[in-house]
Amino acid sequence: MKRVQYEHSIVPYLFIAPQIIIIAVFFIWPAGQAMHQSFLLEDAFGLSSQFVWFRNYEDMVWSEPWLQSAIFTVMFSALVTFLSLALALLLAVRANEVLRGARSYKTMLMWAYAVAPPVAGLMGNLMFNPLIGDLYKGLNWAGWDFNHNIDAFDATFVIVLISVWKQVSVNFIFFLSGLQAIPNSVMEAATLDCRSAEKRFWTITFPLLAPTTFFLLVINITYAFFETFGIIDTTTQGAPGGATNTLVYKVYADGFLGADLGGSSAQSVILMIMVLTLTVFQFRFIERRVHY
Amino acid sequence: MNQSLLRTLTNHTILILGTIFMGLPVWVAFMSSTHAPETLFREGLQFWYGGHFFETYTEVLFVEGGVMKKVTATKMLLNSMVLGFGFSIGKVVISMLAAYAIVYFRFRLAMPLFWIIFMTLLLPLEVRIVPSYEVVAGLGLLNTFTGLIVPLIASATGTFFFRQFFKSVPEEILEAARLDGASPLRFFIDILVPLSKTMIAAIFIIMFVVGWNQYLWPLLMTTSEEHYTIVIGIKQIYQVLSEGGELPQFQKAFALTILATLPPVLVVVIFQHWFVKGLLESEK
Repeated sequence: MKRVQYEHSIVPYLFIAPQIIIIAVFFIWPAGQAMHQSFLLEDAFGLSSQFVWFRNYEDMVWSEPWLQSAIFTVMFSALVTFLSLALALLLAVRANEVLRGARSYKTMLMWAYAVAPPVAGLMGNLMFNPLIGDLYKGLNWAGWDFNHNIDAFDATFVIVLISVWKQVSVNFIFFLSGLQAIPNSVMEAATLDCRSAEKRFWTITFPLLAPTTFFLLVINITYAFFETFGIIDTTTQGAPGGATNTLVYKVYADGFLGADLGGSSAQSVILMIMVLTLTVFQFRFIERRVHY
Repeated sequence: MNQSLLRTLTNHTILILGTIFMGLPVWVAFMSSTHAPETLFREGLQFWYGGHFFETYTEVLFVEGGVMKKVTATKMLLNSMVLGFGFSIGKVVISMLAAYAIVYFRFRLAMPLFWIIFMTLLLPLEVRIVPSYEVVAGLGLLNTFTGLIVPLIASATGTFFFRQFFKSVPEEILEAARLDGASPLRFFIDILVPLSKTMIAAIFIIMFVVGWNQYLWPLLMTTSEEHYTIVIGIKQIYQVLSEGGELPQFQKAFALTILATLPPVLVVVIFQHWFVKGLLESEK
């Protein structure tokens, strides 16, 4: 906070009021509702409801689909995070080295940030469409008995590919700026001591990038959890048989399409706890980064 | 010398492959959108220009489509524009005001209010879908721009962004302003807002793209086709493209994805400098 500040009784409240009012109506109220509903069991017509303590949670956690979805989400997030970080890091290191065309490469590798996940999903959907999609035909021609409408592995392959494509650009921008922040003198000293570019990368550059990498880890996990909703909804929609349901997609599918309010709310509360954990992790980490 | 030449060659090869990986889907989508449906059906995806550009795009832009046959791409683009601008302007205004109060004033509820704003980071829309829908429906805001935009603009990201920036503004400026007798409002409008111009531009660009790309919330909020944004409209239209036993109109689906992609991509590419600045700053 500032040392010099205005002291005023009403003015600050007027300035902060718009945001607080919107938060109260559209964030706190619904979140409270979610908590409340997660303890209720409604009948099929929504006419009466009954307080059931943690039964929704028990039903949820012990149910096969939820566990399956939780396992899938973790695997999916790990894959998307690892692949998009690795690819972005490779491209950023190379883009940081070239002299000619550096700016054009930068533009060509970052514009995809602006593509909405569902639009990316639809494009992928069309590329993999059995009627016209060359990718579908190509993979089958190459001997892979590929059908993402039936096979869980193939469906996962499709959404991982699209999710990675969509996420590379953000990671690229952050890695590139991280690389450019490394002082030239450090790199020059390293070059004198070690001739192997690969060894230099793993012993000098990569450790120096650690703060960026950790930070991006959180961003990417959040992305894989939440923002891939649009990709899944425009490609597999959880099919085949719920094999590609992420936890977030399941909240939507159960609550909106399946009208199980109690169960959906209980899942929401669990997700809130997950976000809380990630945020605490992120903030603790950022504190450390300041000292770094 | 030879080794560094090799390194340069590998660098360019990898970067070009990366560029192709990123660009190919959009390239193919655009080229395929310029072909007749028969060609697509017979030959699959297209990699070169097909000469049906005007037919496809005029039809998509001006002829009503969708389940109820009530919406054109022009209308959906317009809706997306309203969402993009409404979201970014609202976000900038609200978060600047809140950040100003938090940084420049000493008041009793400062800490609790700051934590309330912070809490929104823990409550992404995805985890409170059903109750949020019920609240907005209860207020009678379904199918309105108010219901579409306002719930989206309250999250904390913008506020943290401006809070960070205001804290970096030298204290002497406020001291000087106070000696000259500037009121809080005057200081804000005459000094702080002009000082923040670049920051406003940066966050505005990010937020326009984020607003334009909203999917889940518009999907829940809009049930009538006249309110579809392009991002959610595509999926609805895609689902009815092949109805009635006719040849699926894939070229239209491709055209719609291109139309939905073009505006935000242009914004990011044209204002690249501010965009990158905003992105790097906002995530700190």
